Amino acid sequence: MRETTNVMIVGVGGQGTLLASKTLGKLLVSEGYDVKVSEVHGMSQRGGSVVTYVRFGEKVYSPIIDKGGADYILSFEKLEAARWLEYLKPDGQIITNLHETEPMPVITGAMKYPENLVEKMEALGAKVDAIDALKLAEEAGNSKAVNLVLMGRLSRYFDSLGIDEAAWIRAIEACVPPKFLELNKKAFALGRK
Amino acid sequence: MKELMLGNAAVARGLYEAGCQVVSSYPGTPSTEITEECAKFNEIYCEWAPNEKVAVEVAFGASLAGKRCFAAMKHVGLNVAADPLFTLSYTGVRGGLVIGVADDPAMHSSQNEQDSRHYAKAAKLPMLEPSDSAECLAYAKLAMELSEQYDTPVLLKLCTRVSHSQSVVETGPRIVPEPVPYEKNVQKNVMLPACARIRHPLVEQRMADLADFAEKTELNRVEMGSTKLGIICDSTSYQYAKEALGEDASILKLGMIWPMPEKKIREFAAKVERLIVIEELDPFIEEYCRMLGLAVEGKSIFPILGEFSQNLVAEKLGRPVNAGRKLEEPVPERPPVMCPGCPHRGLFHTLAKNKCIVMGDIGCYTLGASAPLSSIDSCLCMGASVSSIHGFNKAMGPEGEKKTVAVIGDSTFMHSGMTGLANIAYNQSNSTVIILDNSITGMTGHQQNPTTGYNIKGEPAGKVDLEALCRAMGIRRVAVVDPYDLAACDRVVKEELAAEEPSVIISRRPCVLLKYVKPEPALRISPEKCIGCRSCMQIGCPAISFRDGKAVIDHTTCVGCGVCQQLCPVEAIQRPEAEKEEGGSRK
Repeated sequence: MRETTNVMIVGVGGQGTLLASKTLGKLLVSEGYDVKVSEVHGMSQRGGSVVTYVRFGEKVYSPIIDKGGADYILSFEKLEAARWLEYLKPDGQIITNLHETEPMPVITGAMKYPENLVEKMEALGAKVDAIDALKLAEEAGNSKAVNLVLMGRLSRYFDSLGIDEAAWIRAIEACVPPKFLELNKKAFALGRK
Repeated sequence: MKELMLGNAAVARGLYEAGCQVVSSYPGTPSTEITEECAKFNEIYCEWAPNEKVAVEVAFGASLAGKRCFAAMKHVGLNVAADPLFTLSYTGVRGGLVIGVADDPAMHSSQNEQDSRHYAKAAKLPMLEPSDSAECLAYAKLAMELSEQYDTPVLLKLCTRVSHSQSVVETGPRIVPEPVPYEKNVQKNVMLPACARIRHPLVEQRMADLADFAEKTELNRVEMGSTKLGIICDSTSYQYAKEALGEDASILKLGMIWPMPEKKIREFAAKVERLIVIEELDPFIEEYCRMLGLAVEGKSIFPILGEFSQNLVAEKLGRPVNAGRKLEEPVPERPPVMCPGCPHRGLFHTLAKNKCIVMGDIGCYTLGASAPLSSIDSCLCMGASVSSIHGFNKAMGPEGEKKTVAVIGDSTFMHSGMTGLANIAYNQSNSTVIILDNSITGMTGHQQNPTTGYNIKGEPAGKVDLEALCRAMGIRRVAVVDPYDLAACDRVVKEELAAEEPSVIISRRPCVLLKYVKPEPALRISPEKCIGCRSCMQIGCPAISFRDGKAVIDHTTCVGCGVCQQLCPVEAIQRPEAEKEEGGSRK
C-alpha cells in the first residue's frame, strides 16, 4: 500500500496557486493515484493568504492536510512558507520562492516583515529549498510564470516517486492554454534545472 | 472515464447526466461553480438570476413546465429563497426540482456560520449530503429521481470542503427523461388557504414515506469496525473520522440527513459500546438521537464552531497527533485586500477623508472596513446598506443625514438593494446611496448580472440602466462619478450629503481584473523627490510599500491607476516617460 503524500501549495491570492494545484492533480490522477485537492475560493483570493492541499496515495479520505502533516510545502512567497511552517512534517521539505510581498500590516507600518526567514526555518530543522522564482519566470518571458518555475523545482523531488519529466509535461499541456504553453514549459525547465 | 473533479463541477455533471434542463442561481461562495459548470453544457439552459428567491421561483416555473431543474446558492442565499421554499414543499414538483445549498463552516467567505440542515426539517423537505466529488455526482442524479418519485423539491447540501475539493469521479451518459406535459392543477399549484389545507397532510405523508426510504437506502450506510466506538457522521466529518480512526470505530454515515433513519440509528446504537456523533456546526444529528432516548455524545466533545479535521477528531478522542514547529516571532497576518487599481479604493478614501458614517454591504467593497481605509460602519446582509441607512437617518435626523452614506455594489443592488431604495424614495429619508458599479459581480469571481449587459455565457443580454431605474423610483438627484478622480469624488460626496433630498451616487469604473480592462504601465516613485510622508499609503494599496524611509511601487502588481499620484504632495509619483509622451490616460 502506498503511503499518502501531502503537498501544500501556499501563497498570496492572485499568484496562480490554483493553476499549480490543477496541474498537479492532473498529473497524479494520470499516474494512477487516488487524489484529493482542496482549495478555498472567494474572499481570501483578494490578495490574502491562500492555501491549497494536495493529497495522493492508495486511498485518500480527508481533503485537507493538518498540522505536522505536510511532506512538501510549495510556497509562492517567503512569509507564507513561514506562516504554514507548523503544517510541515518533522522531515518535510519546503520549496519557497524568495520573493517578498508585503502584507497590509507591514504596509501600514503596524508590523515589520520578518528578516532571515529561510535561516530561521532551517534553525528549526526544516529543509528549505529557496529559489528566486520571479527572476527565473522573467527569464522565461513573463513574471506570471512563477507557478511553473516552482512546479519545475517540485518535480525534482517527485523523481523518487517514479514520476518523470514527460508526465509533468503532459499534465502542463493539459492545463495551460496553448498560447502560453511554450513560455510555461520554459519556466518549468528553468525551475527544474 | 475517471477524472479529478471539483465537488461543484461534479454536482453540475450529475445534473447534466440526470437530464436537467434549466438552472437558475445567484452566485455565492462556495456554491458558484456549480452553475458556471452547468453553463458549459449546451444542453442546459443556465442563467444568473438577480437573487436566490428569483432563482428558486424560476425553477418552480420550469418544474411546472415539466422539465428537470435546479437552483444553487450559498447558505445565506437560502434565507432569501426561504419564502418560496416553504410553500414549494406544499406544491411539490412536476419536473424534478433540486436546490443546492452550500454552507461555509469557518466562514472562509461568509458573514455567518449558519447550518442549513435546519431548513430541511423546518420546510419538511428531504436533504442529501455528499462527502466527496463522486458522491456529489451520484447524489445530484439521485436527488432528481427522488424529487419526481416523491413529488418534492430536494435539497442537496454541500459545504466549502466538499464544494471546493477535487476528488476522482467516474462520468456517465446524459439521459433525459420523457417530457411531462403541462397540466393545470389548481389544488396542487395554487396555494390558496383552501388548497394548502389539502396539501399539508400530503406533505406529512410524503415525509413519512421518505423516512421509510431513509431506512432502506444505501445513502445511509454502516461500515463496521471495532464495536467499542460507534460514530454517526455526515459530510466531511465522515472523511475525517475514517482518516483518524480507520478500523478502530464503526461508522454510520448519513448521506441523507433528513428525514433520518430512526430504526437504522437505533440498530447501530445497539451494536456499539459508546456512541458519538461527529458533525460540524449545530448538534443536528445529536439532538435527533437524544430525542430517540439514546445515550449519545457529540457537542460535549466536538466544537460547535468552525471546521473539523482529522487531527481534531483524533485529538478529541484521545489519540496522538503530530505537533508542528513554529517560528518564535509573530508572522504578520495577510488579510484579503482590495486589488491594486481597484476602483473602490478612491471612493473609500473619499469617505474616510470626509469622516462619513458608512452603511456597508456584501461584496469586495466590504474590504473597505479594513485598515487603513477603515471606512465601513456596518455590514449585515445583501441589500441591508440601503434599508438600514433609511432607518439610521430617520432615527438620527439631520445630524446623521449630513454624514451618512450607504455603499452597495451593482450586483448586490440588483439582488436586494432596489427595494430599500424604493423605501427611501417612498418614505423620504434624506439618504445618500452610493452604488459602486464595477460592471461585474466581483467577489465570487466575475459573474454577469442584470446591469452588465451580458448573460452567463458572456453573450449580449438585456441591461438595466441604473440611472434610469433610480430616477423612475423617484430619486431626482442621481450623480455619476469616476472613482479614480479623487477631486470629483470629494466634490460629489460633499454635494449629495448636503442636498435636502434623497440622492444616489453611481461610482462607475469596471473591475480592474476584467479581461477587457488593460493595465497601464506601473507608476514609479522618484526616490529623490519622495519625502517619506506616507500620504500615498493611506489608501492601502498592496503595490505600495515603504523601504528605507521612502515609498516604493512594486512594478509587477501596479496597474497605473494613478490614485496614489493624486495624493503625493511633491509629485514624486510619475508615469514612465515613454507612456507619458503617448498621453497614456485611462479616461
